[in-house]
Amino acid sequence: MSAVSMAGALNRALADSLADDPSVLVFGEDVGALGGVFRVTDGLAARFGEQRVFDTPLAESGIVGTAIGMAMNGLRPVVEMQFDAFAYPAFEQITSHLAKLRNRTRGRVSLPVVIRVPYGGGIGGVEHHCDSSEAYYTHTPGLRVVTPGTPDDAYRLLRDSIASPDPVIFLEPKRRYWAKGSLSTSGDPIGFDRALVRRAGRDVTLIAYGPMVVTALETAEAAAEEGWDVEVVDLRSLSPFDDETVCASVRRTGRAVVVHEASGFGGYGAEVVARVTERCFHHLHAPVLRVTGFDIPYPPPKLEEHHLPSVDRILDAIARLQWDDEVVGSYGA
Amino acid sequence: MARTRAPERTLLPSDEPLSLLRKDGSPVDDSPLAMPDDDVLVELYRRMVVGRRFDTQATSLTKQGRLAVYPSSRGQEACEVGSVLALRPTDWLFPTYRDSVALVTRGVDPAETLTLLQGGWHLGYDPYEHRVGPQCTPLATNTLHAVGFAHAARLKGEDTAALVFVGDGATSEGDTHEALNFAGVWKAPVVFLVQNNGYAISVPMSKQNAAPSLAHKGIGYGVPSVLVDGNDVAAVYAVVREAVLSGGPTLIEALTYRIEAHTNADDATRYRTSDEVAAWLDRDPVDRLETYLTSRGLLDNARRAAITAEAEEFAASVRSKMNVDVEPSPDDLFEHVYASMPRHLREQATALREELA
Ligand SMILES: Cc1ncc(C[n+]2csc(CCOP(=O)(O)OP(=O)(O)O)c2C)c(N)n1
Repeated sequence: MSAVSMAGALNRALADSLADDPSVLVFGEDVGALGGVFRVTDGLAARFGEQRVFDTPLAESGIVGTAIGMAMNGLRPVVEMQFDAFAYPAFEQITSHLAKLRNRTRGRVSLPVVIRVPYGGGIGGVEHHCDSSEAYYTHTPGLRVVTPGTPDDAYRLLRDSIASPDPVIFLEPKRRYWAKGSLSTSGDPIGFDRALVRRAGRDVTLIAYGPMVVTALETAEAAAEEGWDVEVVDLRSLSPFDDETVCASVRRTGRAVVVHEASGFGGYGAEVVARVTERCFHHLHAPVLRVTGFDIPYPPPKLEEHHLPSVDRILDAIARLQWDDEVVGSYGA
Repeated sequence: MARTRAPERTLLPSDEPLSLLRKDGSPVDDSPLAMPDDDVLVELYRRMVVGRRFDTQATSLTKQGRLAVYPSSRGQEACEVGSVLALRPTDWLFPTYRDSVALVTRGVDPAETLTLLQGGWHLGYDPYEHRVGPQCTPLATNTLHAVGFAHAARLKGEDTAALVFVGDGATSEGDTHEALNFAGVWKAPVVFLVQNNGYAISVPMSKQNAAPSLAHKGIGYGVPSVLVDGNDVAAVYAVVREAVLSGGPTLIEALTYRIEAHTNADDATRYRTSDEVAAWLDRDPVDRLETYLTSRGLLDNARRAAITAEAEEFAASVRSKMNVDVEPSPDDLFEHVYASMPRHLREQATALREELA
């Protein structure tokens, strides 16, 4: 066990995968000499050479489209999209081909491609650098969509993603790149599509993922001071969704709040609420609530703190959940 | 400022399309291209005749309701057959929806070729068995797959080239340009064959392109470019062969014409004249080679009759294979979405099975 940042953990995962499997390639914009704008690929080109880790022309559709061709020819490309909103030029390749080729070819073509996307806000970035794009990808059958909340998960999930025969959209919460945590590179695989109960509690389940896992844990600590015992479930795999772990938790607690940075309308949280309601209705003491970003384009840096779900806003939602205890107070639905 | 080194092969296409056979079937004396060997020429002829018969058979199958749709390549046989026969067995082909004749020329079973258009499943053949990528419907996206595939072959030390088909309309898509640029930078062994058949559904070249030719589009990417008579199968074969053997990227624009409408669902009289079609019928690729082969004594009546009979037999086999009702199983819906079926799809499959029970 050693303390590393999430960026460092991702770097380790890439290095270990490159070392273990000669068919793994890492490429994208500025991933070579620079080591990526977030330094996630730092030192890899020097260590593994330009044949394995290289800069491409500046063209996202080109990066994903050529990765598809390379995967068809037996390689395992791991590509970097520089920022969330700059992955959109590659959207057609992702949805029309990456997600569907296995199905279209009835299993004959396997595309073990990982697309790493730094996503979300909270870093004071200017526009187009802070989108939460998970709903676009999770709506696409054939893709796996995963996102780590901690350095340890970042390492393990990325290793699992690279080993996966299915294409993976690997969403990296960029505001957590520099937060340190423990990392154990050995040990059993975590189970690539399993959610994890990060903190046990009896009263409320907070369902979070990616950048909001840390915020949810902070909320649970604050809530404890007010006498609420909050359980935190980290989804890790957004698609496929781990109904089992999530529903087991909600059945225990009877109350749930889903938290994400992305806009709420048509968002990923709506799917989680629907699934939990369908499967746990008789165990619920209150409607499942969402705390999300507002339904606005991502705001400028000086306003982003108002947009992003905060500990206070999540605590408010928890308070509204005490329906049966008549704690609703001034909080409207 | 550092500049990238100029490639060894010339970049500019010729002003006039390269050719080996004139439209009346007489040979071009001073062509820079080498005439293919006699046995290759006869084989090109044979495959074009079979390919055309397959094409008319497929068109008939749409009228019988056996195919949902069929995009004919009648008139484009020189491109479809000449380029495919120029490939080595180890090379790969990345076709579009229009290139069924290229697929059967590559040896894909005709029934498997037509699965996409029949509606039974999206793809009938095994890409690895024939070294043929799935027929691509989103325009120009296959160009990038071909570049990636060829680049991977290079990284793995394999001598494999990728031939990718693009329509004239599809050259306007961003992916064509990204693919040419990647291919130029990586020097990937890819041949882009633009079948310029004059129209993208109804939109003519004049509204599609302002460059002197589509082949000119390779220049800015450092990709050697060739303009060829796309109704001259000998010339198509020669330029594709040279491009495949060059080991780097090439853009080839083949000037040709789609004799039928875009698909059976299209009305071509709305956007083109019968005079125009007649002028192109006069440059028919099959007739042209037939005239040449006959004048050279490489094709006599008996051989011609044998080839015609073979084409008829092929068409008959297509008919009988397609005259069976395909009943895909609803269970197939949930297969191959992921490498192993996730729980939510298992649940949905069970629900559907119960619904149908
Ligand atoms: C990205 C995309 N946009 C639009 C279409 C619809 N469409 C199908 S074929 C076609 C025309 C293509 O023309 P061209 O590239 O010249 O090829 P051709 O059909 O003539 O062989 C269009 C617009 C499509 N398949 N893909």
